[in-house]
Amino acid sequence: MSDKAKRILGSIPLHVVIIGLCILWLLPTFGLLITSLRPFQDINETGWWTAFLSRRDPEAADRPRFTLNNYVAALVGYRGRKTYAEACLGENPDPDCAGTGLMSPQGMGRAFINSLLVTIPATILPVLFAAFAAYAFSWLEFRGRQLLFAILVGLQVVPLQMTLIPIYRVYTKFGLNGTFLGVWLFHTGFGLPYAIYLLRNFIGSLPRDVFESAYLDGASPWTAFFRLALPLATPAIASLTIFQFLWVWNDLLVALVFLGGTTPVLTYQISNMVTSLGAGWHLLTAAAFISMVVPLIVFFSMQRFFVRGILAGSVKG
Amino acid sequence: MNKERAPKIMQQGLLMPLLFIIPALLILTFFVVYPTINTIGLSFKDAKGEQSAAVMCQEGQPCWGPFENYRHVLTDEVMLLAFRNNALWIILMVTGTTGLGLLIAVLVDRVKYEPLAKAVIFLPMAISFVGAGIIWGFVYDYKSYGSQIGILNAIVTGLGGKPIPWLTRGPWLNNICLIIVGVWMWTGFCMTILSAALKGVPTEILEAARVDGANEWTVFWKVTVPMIMPTITVVITTMVVNVLKIFDIVYVMGGGQPGVQVIATRMYQEQFIKYNSGLSSAIAVVLLLLIVPVGYMNIRRFQQQEVMR
Repeated sequence: MSDKAKRILGSIPLHVVIIGLCILWLLPTFGLLITSLRPFQDINETGWWTAFLSRRDPEAADRPRFTLNNYVAALVGYRGRKTYAEACLGENPDPDCAGTGLMSPQGMGRAFINSLLVTIPATILPVLFAAFAAYAFSWLEFRGRQLLFAILVGLQVVPLQMTLIPIYRVYTKFGLNGTFLGVWLFHTGFGLPYAIYLLRNFIGSLPRDVFESAYLDGASPWTAFFRLALPLATPAIASLTIFQFLWVWNDLLVALVFLGGTTPVLTYQISNMVTSLGAGWHLLTAAAFISMVVPLIVFFSMQRFFVRGILAGSVKG
Repeated sequence: MNKERAPKIMQQGLLMPLLFIIPALLILTFFVVYPTINTIGLSFKDAKGEQSAAVMCQEGQPCWGPFENYRHVLTDEVMLLAFRNNALWIILMVTGTTGLGLLIAVLVDRVKYEPLAKAVIFLPMAISFVGAGIIWGFVYDYKSYGSQIGILNAIVTGLGGKPIPWLTRGPWLNNICLIIVGVWMWTGFCMTILSAALKGVPTEILEAARVDGANEWTVFWKVTVPMIMPTITVVITTMVVNVLKIFDIVYVMGGGQPGVQVIATRMYQEQFIKYNSGLSSAIAVVLLLLIVPVGYMNIRRFQQQEVMR
């Protein structure tokens, strides 16, 4: 046997292990995707891996193998046992159509919009404030600078749980529970220590000549910040933005405490479907995928920044 | 920093720096510093946060005076169970994610489709614990009879076994099944960091060891691992902090069973289901005390690494 053939044969176990692990990692999500596309009668009778096999149940032959009905039902909050179009869009809607629709409080459509309304400001605010502070900690001289920076960075270790109760009490007093403003500010507070730390490391390592010559050209710190520091820190800001975005989008605890059922976001809506309503798998699987669409797009389009962000600092949580 | 050598643009008096840091400073003071102090205070008060915790003491019962809430946290059976579960989480999830992450990082380093394989392992990091809870809830699905729609029980029954209630059989199986979900989600994180560290090991050193007659196994344990040890430590401490705070998986998949509760879910239950802010605050303080040393170590180590870079 030639050396080359030996080497190829010898590397087979390696490929088997890697590909095996990858399949193991993907299988649960793949099963969820297939399930979300099957008619609900099938979901509860046969496993998702049978979706491509021939059907034993003669009644089932009339049904399509795959359908988008689960997604429609999840989006509008329809929990009945027909398809949404059959039950609710005809002349005489069924009683269980009450309260359904694209803006229904129990639907994923409304929750999706709420998630966007929560996440976008809760991402922009901490990144912006952190960039301001990081600039001051890097390129402005003031007394106690190092000490203050150390304290702010040290705040990273405070767990979210530590602050829930007092803020909940204050919010109750000022009517901020259930408001977007309350959640934005809370997420901003929690995103800041890590964000300042990451951006300070990046902005502080920019070449000082850049700032010195800007000064000689008569630039104020504001100009230097907006025209130099921000554009040059774009890679770090991109990583940070992705992290903060995914963190807020995927968060359950803060949404549960400060928004609850009055303004349900995606994570809240799904956990509510699991814990209190026992919604069927056809709704849960579709709902889970609806909530995963945005993170998956972010992940695939910006994986590079995502990885860089992880390498730039330990992840908060 | 020496003032003479600082660029002129850095010398802007007091007002300018203040303007830059004031938004962050205000928000951090109100949303992190003040609540932390307040929670410590509340942990010594009763359920409503009005009187000293000592008023809850009863005749003939053990009493720790103002530390009464802490007596509950440290001696109640439900709390001890939560600590035990959290310890199990730390042991299994930290070793699982770090070990698997290192294994995968080492393996994919030798193949051409490395980026693809890494993306697959990394993917669960992007989705929420809630989404992962649904994905795995379906894998663990259990029916006491009939055809199984959960893939695990389909395999078990296909092999002639009885279906297993994965998520409700205590005291260990239910916890382990939840921890597996955590491992699935966080292995990609560990893999990414460890993989970068592996690539930083100079090939000359590895080659030198091979020339000296060391086999791959020896090279890995005697050369590679010692060289990336600082990174392994950072990964482990980061994971310990993350696992101490674990909440979502247990909340969504645990279905409220007492047998799987952890510190963070107990804290949530006390505050938002039983409305006992004293006890809940005491749990939060204990959680903070557990996290501070590990988190501090983590930040220190990380800064040292930054300096070395």
